[in-house]
Amino acid sequence: MGDLSAISSNLLYAAFVIYLVATFFFAGAIRDKKSTSPDRIGKIGIILSIVGFFTQLGYFFTRWGAAGHAPVSNLFEFITFFGMMLVFAFIIMYFIYRINVLGVIALPIALLIIAFASMFPTEISPLVPSLQSHWLYIHVTTAALGQAILSISFVAGLIFLIRQVDQSKKTKQTFWLEFVIYMVATTLAFIIISSVFSAFNYEASFEAPVEGQPVEITYEMPAIAGPFDGELISDGAMSPLFQAPEWMRGVDAAIKFNTMIWSILGGLVLYWLVRLVVRKRIGSALQPLLRKANPEIVDEVGYRAVAIGFPIFTLGALIFAMIWAQQAWDRFWGWDPKEVWALITFFFYAAYLHLRLSRGWQGTKSAWLAVGGFAIIMFNLLAVNLIISGLHSYA
Amino acid sequence: MNEITCECGHVNPEGTVLCEACGKPVEDNQHLNGNENQALLNMRYDGSARRSQTYNRTFIDKVWNFFSSVKVGVWLIVITLIASAIGTLLPQEMYIPPGSDASTHYKDQYGLIGQIYYQLGFHNLFSSWWYMLLLALIGISIIIASLDRFIPLYKTLKTQKPKRHDQFMKKQRIFGKTESDSIDMQLMKENLKKNRYKVTEEDGSLFAEKNRFSRWGPYVNHIGLIVFLLGTLLRFVPALYVDDFVWVREGETKMITGTEGQYYIKNEDFILENYDENDERFQEAIMRNGQPVPKTYQTNAVIYERTDDIVVGKDPELKEIKEAQARVNHPIKFENYTLYQASYQQNEFNEMTFKLHDMDDEDSSYGEFTIDLNDPETEYELDSGHVVVLGSYFPEYELDDGKPVSVSKYPRNPAFVFNVYPPGESDGEPEVSFAGIGANVDGSGENEFKVGLVDFDVRDVTGLTVRKDYTLPFIALGGAIFMIGVIQGMYWNHRRIWVKPKDNGVWIAGHTNKNWVALKREIEKSTKGTGIEPPVDQQELKD
Repeated sequence: MGDLSAISSNLLYAAFVIYLVATFFFAGAIRDKKSTSPDRIGKIGIILSIVGFFTQLGYFFTRWGAAGHAPVSNLFEFITFFGMMLVFAFIIMYFIYRINVLGVIALPIALLIIAFASMFPTEISPLVPSLQSHWLYIHVTTAALGQAILSISFVAGLIFLIRQVDQSKKTKQTFWLEFVIYMVATTLAFIIISSVFSAFNYEASFEAPVEGQPVEITYEMPAIAGPFDGELISDGAMSPLFQAPEWMRGVDAAIKFNTMIWSILGGLVLYWLVRLVVRKRIGSALQPLLRKANPEIVDEVGYRAVAIGFPIFTLGALIFAMIWAQQAWDRFWGWDPKEVWALITFFFYAAYLHLRLSRGWQGTKSAWLAVGGFAIIMFNLLAVNLIISGLHSYA
Repeated sequence: MNEITCECGHVNPEGTVLCEACGKPVEDNQHLNGNENQALLNMRYDGSARRSQTYNRTFIDKVWNFFSSVKVGVWLIVITLIASAIGTLLPQEMYIPPGSDASTHYKDQYGLIGQIYYQLGFHNLFSSWWYMLLLALIGISIIIASLDRFIPLYKTLKTQKPKRHDQFMKKQRIFGKTESDSIDMQLMKENLKKNRYKVTEEDGSLFAEKNRFSRWGPYVNHIGLIVFLLGTLLRFVPALYVDDFVWVREGETKMITGTEGQYYIKNEDFILENYDENDERFQEAIMRNGQPVPKTYQTNAVIYERTDDIVVGKDPELKEIKEAQARVNHPIKFENYTLYQASYQQNEFNEMTFKLHDMDDEDSSYGEFTIDLNDPETEYELDSGHVVVLGSYFPEYELDDGKPVSVSKYPRNPAFVFNVYPPGESDGEPEVSFAGIGANVDGSGENEFKVGLVDFDVRDVTGLTVRKDYTLPFIALGGAIFMIGVIQGMYWNHRRIWVKPKDNGVWIAGHTNKNWVALKREIEKSTKGTGIEPPVDQQELKD
């Protein structure tokens, strides 16, 4: 058993590395050099992506074997699975449209997502009664696949925007494009900072009142923002610069707030480091790399991803969800934040489709919508789990 | 009705943009689809005559036009979306801790923001009249917008003829001219058929079409949404929907609320099982959790049906109909009812046995009495002749500002005020004492007797939701129709290719509602060997 779960984590590492290598091949394939054959390099890229995907499938099923249930039951498992589905969705779209540039953006995003996932507790957790159902994997896998395909439209949208946004002057569009890039930097910063402090086993404990009771709260990063009314009890730990606001209740709220501050600052550092090196907007520095992308086709890929993903998302995240909720909680719909955000996602992409089909929103407008849709998906994936419920003191 | 007769002879209804039969642009109506001075035709709804674009005089016209607008529809969606998002920022009233008062809870917990949230009604957003109204408006918009488009589009696609007007051909996004006298139209026809097109002919013009049904997808999925919304409205018909709750103690047989006295349930046993902390698979996660992780909540139950006529106060005659287990995710189903394992209460007190003894001698005894906590008597006469009167009973005792109160009627933390009368002195002043779990207070400080707890027994209580829901089939039907429609519309593409012979060659044009890349590929494949040059994408050229 222990062996199986060890094999499983090794397979995940391997998949990660393979995706990384594949990214470099795709990057090579879109270089402008005439001497090498881009098609052949791209072919190696896609073969590697497929190999990586199967390796990660190996992780998935060995972990399933070790746990006795489908590994989609906590944040680490779900986000990892989402990353895997993103690669799968990319592979599908690649075979429909055969464009290498998709891999240059899709794979790094999948890599970031998988790395991000492993910042959460990775141990195998037992299934609480409400999750003990076949619908767990039917609903969760379909919903994740739907979200992943929808995310490909974000990938296409991002390519479109980097390629098309006029970088000769500063506009709202260049600002927001930089903001998207900055969000990517923030995610990367979070991963780096968490990994570094956990490698050093950093800990700072506080005693702070939670609902009137003194509770020990342990930070795994130096506390920039300490818990409200908290007192540092670890030796040698940095004392906080300020306290989290009072309304952040619960054991984890202040920790999450602190982590967010670290990520935002870290993101700023990363972003400006790169920006100082390239000496222009990062979007503008990336633009020439994507010159070979045909915006017409990229736009269609974005739309196609929504066309394919929307029904799957609806089926998985709304219909299967309702069937399961009816069985487990005696009502198919309960206006729980996660449900509402699935509905919001549905509404958003419904609006996307109406705007595109009936009002001719194509190209740039459509690409920005795709970015917005991805923001909603990420919000549902993270904020609803970490912030909305986190503020109410359960993790 | 000002009908429009096209030069091809077809009579079009008022408001037509492109002739239903040959596609020739109707000169006076080009503004309706924004075609003036454009190189390409806007092909939405095939230029058919939509009511909303044609009439705008009466009040009904205006209402119709308002709701048929996609712009209005998208705004309704966006407003609903934003409202829903705000509705998740703070918990809805149904999720705040039971017993707390919403009018103060939001202010206490979230300060001013909470107060505003509450005042604006966001704490009950999803059952508020204006959220319902938004959904209703979306429903109306769906119906009207669909009718406005589906009927004329259906008519046009049914009426279209293979031979298209030159203006129509030229202004298609995919268009090409081939000048050549060696063109194999027969091969072209066969190639198109090989690509699974339905090919028709008129005066030598070829018309190839596939997957027209995908155009109906949006209307089918809209029907699904309407059925779904109507299904949720059916909830308000009382006969179709029962939502009730029943608490049953272990060993108890109880009428199932919501079944009109027809069904009874006996709770044989309630089982709460936790994961084994020593299970090496889950050890780490359970440690992190810090408390046991539940594995099973289960009620072993027997369901009975009442066989006699229901008379108030008469004991029912029960016939066992089913022995079953209710677990989370595995409800008990009988007749049209479903019982869900929804809640539980462990170790609720069942009976408590007390002994009356001398204050300073625990071994002395004037007799024992047992209180049934769910049905306590008002007084207990002991063997010795002492009488213990139950002055007060607090099933779930708590001190509130120094005053004892009961926070519920369930015996979870029972406490009593006992009045003890020595034999023959039932008219005199009793000795007053207070007894609860781990508490025994002498009322006057000079009591001679003490009422001490000697024994108790506890049992579990299970909480089951009782549901009967005849609306589910409608809701499921709505969902199914929606899925069929959305797949039909999204996973197939309506493609059309026109080939028209000209004096010195042919013209070819193509149109699809989406996925142009694939259409171009198919045209290229079909023209191979026919002498027809593949057309170009005029939109791409324009860029």
